[in-house]
Amino acid sequence: MALSGPVHTATLTDNCLVRNDWVCGEYIRTRQDEIMDALGQHVTITVVSVVIGFAVALVLAVVARRVGWLRGAILGTSTALYTLPSLAMFSLLLPFTKISATTVIIGLVLYSLTILVRGILTGLDAVPDDVREAAIGMGYDGLRLLRKVELPLALPAVFAALRVATVSTVALTTVGMIVNHGGLGNLINRGLSSNFHAEVLTASVLCVVLALIADALLLGLQRWLTPWRRTVTA
Amino acid sequence: MADAVAADGDRMNTFVDGLTWLLDGDNWGGPTGVGTRLIEHLWISGAAVLLACVVALPIGLWLGHLGRGGTLAINISNVGRAVPTFAILALLYMTPLGLSVWTTIIALVLFGIPPILTNAYVGMREVDRDAVEAARGMGMSGTQLLRGVELPLAIPLIMGGIRLATVQIVATATLAAVISGPGLGRIITSGFGRQDVPEIIGGAIIVCLLALVVEGLMAWLERVVDPMRRARRRRSRPDRDRGMPLMQEEVVSGA
Repeated sequence: MALSGPVHTATLTDNCLVRNDWVCGEYIRTRQDEIMDALGQHVTITVVSVVIGFAVALVLAVVARRVGWLRGAILGTSTALYTLPSLAMFSLLLPFTKISATTVIIGLVLYSLTILVRGILTGLDAVPDDVREAAIGMGYDGLRLLRKVELPLALPAVFAALRVATVSTVALTTVGMIVNHGGLGNLINRGLSSNFHAEVLTASVLCVVLALIADALLLGLQRWLTPWRRTVTA
Repeated sequence: MADAVAADGDRMNTFVDGLTWLLDGDNWGGPTGVGTRLIEHLWISGAAVLLACVVALPIGLWLGHLGRGGTLAINISNVGRAVPTFAILALLYMTPLGLSVWTTIIALVLFGIPPILTNAYVGMREVDRDAVEAARGMGMSGTQLLRGVELPLAIPLIMGGIRLATVQIVATATLAAVISGPGLGRIITSGFGRQDVPEIIGGAIIVCLLALVVEGLMAWLERVVDPMRRARRRRSRPDRDRGMPLMQEEVVSGA
């Protein structure tokens, strides 16, 4: 009886996994593959969602500027979509897209629209009329005016929105775990149900780090795309 | 799960089934019924909004009044966006708080604070500097300035922050269900657990309805409490014109 204590500690290897520590290097070493898989899924879902969201938002913003009465409708609808809780949104998409990454991506695209449409509209609205008229006088029109004159000048506002949308999307992707496509959210969910501290904390921290890296990358891209502002501020 | 959805075939039927589930009185009663969950959702969200206001408003208003701590006030919102709600709920659940209702409330308050604090700060900073200078010139003290000039002018942005926080809190309260917390989200997770599609859809429909109603109510409240809007309306009616709607009683007596 008195021996059972020491015998147990001798047979069980004492490491941070057994102790269920919050911070555990052993966890990262032994589960490297599944962490990378989750991270990969997380990045893929986020990037696809933001890219599609941006394309849709750009079209909606241009339409809203051309067709006056649609402006309120587009802004109103995207704001209403934004208020819907993610858990409910993914559930309502379920009959259409089943248990798949598509369910999560469509949900995330819809969420990003509010921020992106507003940002792009703010940017385009802020282009001075003088500049636009001068460009039209020089023969720019339609898509070329948008691509060569209006969008470059709108970039600061567009990027501000893009950064907010990307950071929010990285965080929201975790909720995709409800349909098994939540990237790092899947790890958090599994760690939660098995009371595995290191799994939950590691995945959570990775999420925040991922958001910060995405934000920094977009800031770098913005600096690179708007060299005229860089020289002004430097 | 996928089979259960696929077997349904007709998608509209899925929504009709969801609505039927929701309208069925049997699903509303009892300790896990829609009624109980709705009340849980409302009181937990309400408590969290109040607590978030109590914490964030004084800090945001004071920092804005002093014009200090801008980096903190702005960045707290950026940090708040980067942290997944689900991660905070999971981490708090694994602390000794566990299944307690406070786990949910603390998470909700944490996500309600940033928008309120940032908007209160920005609202105070964006008050017309001329109005502030004029009030100072009239000999108003710091507190009089805050209450009589800055606060009324900052109300639209402050309310915008509270509206954003409220909508976010109502949404987060849904997510509390993944840690077996209270609220309407439990209907959805219970539906997933039992592979009961009508229950999932029914739960999602009522969650969305609640979110839209709350957003509508907050938008209305935002308009109603704006003192400048009331002042503008007063001015547009000449018979009740009181000259300078900007000035409130305490402002005049302070001078």
